[in-house]
Amino acid sequence: MLRRWIQVIATFLSNSYLLFPFTGNIYQGTLKSFCTPGLNCYSCPAATGACPLGALQNFMATLRPGLQAGYQHFGLYVIGTLGLLGSIAGRMPCGWLCPFGFLQELIHKIPSRKFGIPRVLSYVKYPVLILFVFLLPFLIADEFGYGMTWFCKFICPAGTLEAGIPMIILKPELQALIGILFYNKLLILGLFLIWMIFSGRPFCRVACPLGAIYSLFNKHSIFRMIHDPEKCTRCMECHKNCPMGVKFYESRNDIDCVRCLKCMNESCKFGAISYEITGFKESGGQGIEGKAVVRGQ
Amino acid sequence: MIIQEKEKTPFLLIIFFLFLLLVGINAGEVSTVLETATRICLSCIGIG
Repeated sequence: MLRRWIQVIATFLSNSYLLFPFTGNIYQGTLKSFCTPGLNCYSCPAATGACPLGALQNFMATLRPGLQAGYQHFGLYVIGTLGLLGSIAGRMPCGWLCPFGFLQELIHKIPSRKFGIPRVLSYVKYPVLILFVFLLPFLIADEFGYGMTWFCKFICPAGTLEAGIPMIILKPELQALIGILFYNKLLILGLFLIWMIFSGRPFCRVACPLGAIYSLFNKHSIFRMIHDPEKCTRCMECHKNCPMGVKFYESRNDIDCVRCLKCMNESCKFGAISYEITGFKESGGQGIEGKAVVRGQ
Repeated sequence: MIIQEKEKTPFLLIIFFLFLLLVGINAGEVSTVLETATRICLSCIGIG
């Protein structure tokens, strides 16, 4: 419940510029100097921060002419921000702060038959990160040396939902500019929205470059999950309840673990799951039944 | 809380990325992010 409230607050804080219907423009204040921890398009009319992926692609796209002009902007500000967050909490921002992750969890609540996602697809996000965020924006340039923000332009469903569609509603004159690019992005968004109903957080698991960056830190962050194999009965309750489909008993700090703690707080009855903070073990692994007894005291 | 083994890796990572962050700030990248994020890039959101 606490996590749900934090997700609501984080989504609101990331999109709290409510004057856009009156100004007809996006927020342009200094808060946009800061990168949001989750995926949240900065072209969204209500966005108050900068999307780290958009900023990173922009650095890559302008690196070549920038170097020629004497600017050494490699995106270290964004990489440093993401690395710092990842070193502290791994993929926890995905599970607690990302508005698009929150949306996926809400849509997955729609009653339907649920399906898993093949494990191999979890690795697709890495080539997406390397190609669409780093290599293509840098390597494919126009005659002036400027690249494009490939991930934003061709893939990002969060951008379509939060910025593309609202901007067309806000500025009807833009409808004349809609072409195959927009329909392609609408199709990607539509497919992911449908997939979200049947599978938990499919975009996070398969295609999110931001999740791919954070996932690299899961095994080496300050906050880490702990599995007690002596208490674990492999009942698979943690796997059944995990929004990311992680088999905790096989991989406790898996690349897809978003540290939502649902396994620890709502699934494990045997106290086999806990977490540690830089070597200090949190003695929370008492199981959900044990916690109920403690609360009842 | 029970004290477990000390591990240096997370702290080294934090120092490394904090250093990158400060280098980026010093290089003036914050204003570049601000400039990028306050412009509407229509083609970036699939329009145009």
